[in-house]
Amino acid sequence: MTFTRETDHGTPAAINTGKTVNVTIDGQSVSMPEGTSIMRAASLIGGSIPKLCATDHVKSFGSCRLCLVEVEGRNGFPASCTTPVAEGMVVRTQTERLKQLRRGVMELYISDHPLDCLTCGANGDCELQEQAGAVGLRDVRYGYDGATNMGQAKDQSNPYFDFDPSKCIVCSRCVRACEDVQGTFALTIENKGFESKVSPSQGEAFLGSECVSCGACVQACPTASLIEKKVVEVGTPDRSVVTTCAYCGVGCTFRAEMRGEELVRMVPWKEGKANRGHSCVKGRFAWGYAQHQDRILNPMIRESVDQPWREVSWEEAIAHTASEFRRIQAKYGVRSIGGITSSRCTNEETFLVQKLIRQGFGNNNVDTCARVCHSPTGYGLSQTFGTSAGTQDFDSVMQSDVILVIGANPTDGHPVFASRMKQRLRQGAKLIVVDPRRTDLVKSPRIEAEHHLPLRPGTNVAVMTAMAHVIVTEKLYDEAFIRERCDWDEFQDWADFVSESSRSPEAVEPLTGVNPQELRAAARLYATGGNGAIYYGLGVTEHSQGSSTVMAIANLAMATGNIGREGVGVNPLRGQNNVQGACDMGSFPHEFSGYRHVSDDATRSLFEKTWGVELSAEPGLRIPNMLDAATDGTFKGLFVQGEDILQSDPNTHHVAAGLAAMECVVVQDLFLNETANYAHVFLPGSTFLEKDGTFTNAERRIQRVRKVMAPLNGYADWEIVQLVARAMGLNWDYTHPSQIMDEIAALTPTFTGVHYDRLDEEGSLQWPANDAAPDGTPTMHIGGFVRGKGKFVVTDYVPTDEKTGPRFPLLLTTGRILSQYNVGAQTRRTDNTAWHPEDLLEIHPLDAENRGIKEGDWVSLKSRAGETTLHAHITERVAPGVVYTTFHHPDTQANVITTDFTDWATNCPEYKVTAVQVNLSNGRPSDWQQDYNEQARMSRRIETEAAE
Amino acid sequence: MSHDDSEIMSTGDRLIYMANQIAKNLAARGDEEAIGITADHIKAYWDPLMRSRVADLLAQRSDEFSPIAAEAVRRIHS
Repeated sequence: MTFTRETDHGTPAAINTGKTVNVTIDGQSVSMPEGTSIMRAASLIGGSIPKLCATDHVKSFGSCRLCLVEVEGRNGFPASCTTPVAEGMVVRTQTERLKQLRRGVMELYISDHPLDCLTCGANGDCELQEQAGAVGLRDVRYGYDGATNMGQAKDQSNPYFDFDPSKCIVCSRCVRACEDVQGTFALTIENKGFESKVSPSQGEAFLGSECVSCGACVQACPTASLIEKKVVEVGTPDRSVVTTCAYCGVGCTFRAEMRGEELVRMVPWKEGKANRGHSCVKGRFAWGYAQHQDRILNPMIRESVDQPWREVSWEEAIAHTASEFRRIQAKYGVRSIGGITSSRCTNEETFLVQKLIRQGFGNNNVDTCARVCHSPTGYGLSQTFGTSAGTQDFDSVMQSDVILVIGANPTDGHPVFASRMKQRLRQGAKLIVVDPRRTDLVKSPRIEAEHHLPLRPGTNVAVMTAMAHVIVTEKLYDEAFIRERCDWDEFQDWADFVSESSRSPEAVEPLTGVNPQELRAAARLYATGGNGAIYYGLGVTEHSQGSSTVMAIANLAMATGNIGREGVGVNPLRGQNNVQGACDMGSFPHEFSGYRHVSDDATRSLFEKTWGVELSAEPGLRIPNMLDAATDGTFKGLFVQGEDILQSDPNTHHVAAGLAAMECVVVQDLFLNETANYAHVFLPGSTFLEKDGTFTNAERRIQRVRKVMAPLNGYADWEIVQLVARAMGLNWDYTHPSQIMDEIAALTPTFTGVHYDRLDEEGSLQWPANDAAPDGTPTMHIGGFVRGKGKFVVTDYVPTDEKTGPRFPLLLTTGRILSQYNVGAQTRRTDNTAWHPEDLLEIHPLDAENRGIKEGDWVSLKSRAGETTLHAHITERVAPGVVYTTFHHPDTQANVITTDFTDWATNCPEYKVTAVQVNLSNGRPSDWQQDYNEQARMSRRIETEAAE
Repeated sequence: MSHDDSEIMSTGDRLIYMANQIAKNLAARGDEEAIGITADHIKAYWDPLMRSRVADLLAQRSDEFSPIAAEAVRRIHS
């Protein structure tokens, strides 16, 4: 693909009214949707009216006066960006008078702009330069000797982009992008007239300001005033490839803009249906880890984990892996080994890993990181609705009237979707936040939650049931919907259950800590406020009752008829880029791709015929069960692709003990991660930039991942799995991931219409995509649930066994922060550390004062499971009695603290509730941290002998 | 069981805990339904070794099982 800039039509598409108007532009008669600007209409027919302050990312502004046109029968020269087409309108975009006017405007701009084009970073990619050419500017009559804004100091504080005020033309595109697209309102135009200038926050430098580095301002800038450092360093790109981000479950698509094999920048793709041309600091800028010096590029093996690594050839590493797994099976039995698929890898790679295990290992001991995040979503939504996925596409939020966010912090975890949600909230939709913390959504510029229910961690089910109590006892439910779409008898049983007085908001207040009047008001708003949509995250699932809460949420949606159309629904915000896909691909030990149980004879037979082996009808081990079996001596070998269970899974002691008890741990990853400290074979992985495949995002959208450079390690991950499979005697012969997708489509009813040519044609497809829905399914359960009748499930509140008491009086809850991602393996190896160099413990001022803790003090954090030390941050974002930290840094090892308690149905860990004590510390690392650091240091040694 | 002092639960303790936890979360549906769903759940999601181990544990430590969990485990192996 050669480099072409995306067409900018100048103004966004008009809101669809279904009406069109006929207009003549430069003699060409066309029909355009009502409300379309003249500028956009001209662009759509191939014209290009000069412009500077207009871009189709943001609403028109009408300030630069370059886009003037003549309209027959009208006086003056209207701005084409702010003037909509009208029936019978005759427009001329290029006349002698217009040329004069535009040159005059451009002269003024250029008279206050540096003329260093040849050495400017944006040379060749500058709209000002381009427009000066378009209007035929040949001279600046005013000269360059007068007062100017040139020579101002650059702000280079942001690690990813520079701000040069001298090159700013004050078009406000950056300010409007920050407001309209991102919704942060970090930028403003300071002063007036000639003194006007763009200012982050109150005249601060970008890095220290409220700017979240989403890149929207840089993308919007028509000059080099805001420009990526990488473009300044490398130069402009010469080709681009559309691909999908490898961070969170939003699944933003980007143009990877390249010069040769060097990635110059990632620019959000306007046509991307998940992100609609927007991005966050991670996807836009934090991709430097792909070339980080820590990447391991040669395979390595060792006999035991106390030895240094020895670099070997791929042949030796693969042969050793196969031979070890076969040896272990011969000695300990077929079920003594298993594997973990990665939610960071592609669907095709994930499918191959579970195939390797089922077909090659001969068991179902396969699990995935969804075990520790959204496995309760799979269970809960499949029980109630009949399918394990969210019900809507992201666009749906723009039709919502009431948005209920529970246990999710989208501005940090799913920032690009959060920006869409905030757009809708600014349009007037109401917001209910159910969260122990006062997250940014509760109150931020031009956003304020109607109700914030700051519940005590661990009481989600009690709060959801209390909301149901209000809806049922006040008869706010949608009887017609329930009678038509759900099982009426089950509804009545459920209604009787929730109606009991012990489940009222007043009765549960002592448990939940939620004001009953506020809860009642929130329930009424959700039930009666129009289209009600629920969005939830790991604050729902990572509890001992995660599955119950998911079902309680589904009950609420069914009871109020908020399912089966745009603007409503139940929407799990998935954590990792391909966690939906990893689940879809059969990564769980009890089911094949498409969520079909391994005991189902018809399904198993289909796979057996295709794969040519007999498959086990028995469910395999989940990750925590594998670790238990390892410490018991019955599980001896593990293949881990792209996961770091030692850092991400709960109770690090337990994970370490399990891994240490195994005879062969194979880690396939980019870096020597924490799990690799206990590995015997290391197979270097490839980044998303180095391979082809697909990811499936939180809205079930399957999107292409495209290779933009050769794998630095020599192989894409799917090729490495194939090498292992062949060494184990399987006759795999895929030559491209598209063939793997063809196999997935042939074996999975919801994917039968998913092929690479269709994905290339459509940009993306949302499953189910099959004969019944050839173009995919943006909204699920229209007209009927996948399971037939929607099922109301009684969800009793069962308190967690993790109790506070005199020794551990506080509740720890964990989460993530915008600039870091998951265990930080990627983001810690980028300049994102500028924003979050370490995990901090958030503690309420009252709890801090009681312990003599001041801002920034070292504190020890201790639970029944373990102890660590970190710095304290005193904030009222957390309630008294609750503390919070992130888990992005291995030095902190937050999961040393978390316990083995899990969700009752899925074994998803209870990360969100751990009883702890916090005390002042001298900063000395805990005994665990010291031992761990020493073990890690020894384990990461690599012998210096050259590989063959 | 209490976890006040445990760092890593033994596998046997964990299996009993898990069976009881499933039963406890289903108890509100009434004994018969709860027993049936608990049994189905264990059959559908537990590896065969875990299932046979929990049956052995029931024989040895029945007093640690809730009535619903105990009956569900018996039903799986009947």
